[in-house]
Amino acid sequence: MLPSSFAYVAPTTVDEAVQALAAGGGDAKVVAGGQSLLPMMKLRLAAPGTLVDINGIAGLDVLEEADGMLRIGALVRHGDLERSALVRDRYPIIHDAARHIADPLIRNRGTFCGSIAHGDPAGDWATVASALNAELHAVGPDGPAVHSARDFQTGMFETRLGLDQVLVEARIPQPVAGQGSAYLKVERKVGDYAAAAVGVVVVLDGDTVTEAGIGLTNVGPLTIDAAAAAASLVGRSIDDAAALEEAGRLAMEASDPPSDLRGPAEYKQDLVRVLTKRALRTAGARARGEQA
Amino acid sequence: MGDKTVVTVTVNGEEHEALIEPRLLLVHLIRESLHLTGTHIGCDTSSCGTCTVLLDGRPVKSCTVLAVQANGRAVSTVEGLEGPDGLHPVQEGFKEEHGLQCGYCTPGMMMTSVALLAENPDPSEQEIREAISGNLCRCTGYVNIVKAVQYAAAKEGVTA
Ligand SMILES: Cc1cc2nc3c(=O)[nH]c(=O)nc-3n(C[C@H](O)[C@H](O)[C@H](O)COP(=O)(O)OP(=O)(O)OC[C@H]3O[C@@H](n4cnc5c(N)ncnc54)[C@H](O)[C@@H]3O)c2cc1C
Ligand code: FES
Ligand code: FES
Repeated sequence: MLPSSFAYVAPTTVDEAVQALAAGGGDAKVVAGGQSLLPMMKLRLAAPGTLVDINGIAGLDVLEEADGMLRIGALVRHGDLERSALVRDRYPIIHDAARHIADPLIRNRGTFCGSIAHGDPAGDWATVASALNAELHAVGPDGPAVHSARDFQTGMFETRLGLDQVLVEARIPQPVAGQGSAYLKVERKVGDYAAAAVGVVVVLDGDTVTEAGIGLTNVGPLTIDAAAAAASLVGRSIDDAAALEEAGRLAMEASDPPSDLRGPAEYKQDLVRVLTKRALRTAGARARGEQA
Repeated sequence: MGDKTVVTVTVNGEEHEALIEPRLLLVHLIRESLHLTGTHIGCDTSSCGTCTVLLDGRPVKSCTVLAVQANGRAVSTVEGLEGPDGLHPVQEGFKEEHGLQCGYCTPGMMMTSVALLAENPDPSEQEIREAISGNLCRCTGYVNIVKAVQYAAAKEGVTA
């Protein structure tokens, strides 16, 4: 299966990439890892007239902490995050998710930013970015633009990213004292998208939750920011079973999964409830340094 | 639109130039332009991993990479494994441990295994199973594939 014909541009700077997108007039698309776009093009579900390959742009593979933020450049692959000691030690939610995205071969190509730009509610990274309250830094013809990961997705495969914008990097606030996080995913097999997955971040003062973020994957038409569930935890003890149960229930109520091959809606909703509680317990333990 | 372009790709250490359409997939460049048919196409939907080759040392699904994206880069395929002293330890492992039946998945399995051992010369069974989890085998049940990789790890450990 070959994609339809397209013009191929391989810019070496972000500005050139932006110009190439503008020249393509809405019919041009960025290709990063190509692990979502190329399968769609092979099936002729997508047929961009121009492909703007950003793989030759130097510096987009940045993965480092600077100015209080973790910078994840547009060419950082899932596998880079999986193998990073910095990520493993300081951002356990990212490490958890990286190990369960797609399969190891896809992980050597697919990118964190490409997954978020794709706008797929089944994508794991958009959930992680939402739970961590990431900033998404884009560049377009009018210059830079910053989007919040919490309301980035606007529809199925639709985001706030303009057709002529390149998502250059995601920036994630560095962990504060007392922070813990976790990502839990139930998948039918390696390489499948989540039946349901939950990402949580908590900040504890002693046992008391002072801040929380909860994201849900593949249980509705959008990546879900379960803000009410997260807010319900603030001021309560992470060891309070009733508080966790309530957060699980509120997360479940925020979800709206379809019944499909991955299971009936009721099953997925209950997964959300249970995974939220479990992820909170793991994140709490990690916040107190009780568990790697 | 879609104008042909010249790419230079180093395959198994040898530089090749080809005039290709941008939509050509890497697997087709390898199989049809370079006639290296050891790399197989199984699903063509990015699922099975039998098309696995190493791109700058990392295993990728060559049905999901454009040939133009390999321009200026190094590709390794199963044909490059055998050396002047005979079979690569991974190939020997698959032979000795009966790591294949029909052999369709084998080139991809071997390339993934070679990359695993380059990064982690002494993997646990779990690490081997995780590394090959993107390569599907319809025949063996994987048990002997794991043994084949363990054989290669032991053998490479002796020579290293
Ligand atoms: C078999 C299989 C299993 C998978 N399983 C999972 C899974 O379990 N979980 C999961 O989350 N994903 C999964 N994926 C998808 C994979 O993670 C992709 O890598 C990811 O969705 C897209 O990232 P990419 O870099 O490959 O983007 P591409 O495919 O290159 O692009 C995807 C879209 O985003 C746009 N885009 C990409 N980068 C940018 C940028 N920097 N700026 C602007 N636009 C951009 C492209 O124009 C395109 O529209 C799977 C894929 C396959 C083939
Ligand atoms: S042919 Fe490439 S993954 Fe199956
Ligand atoms: S040996 Fe037949 S598919 Fe693996």
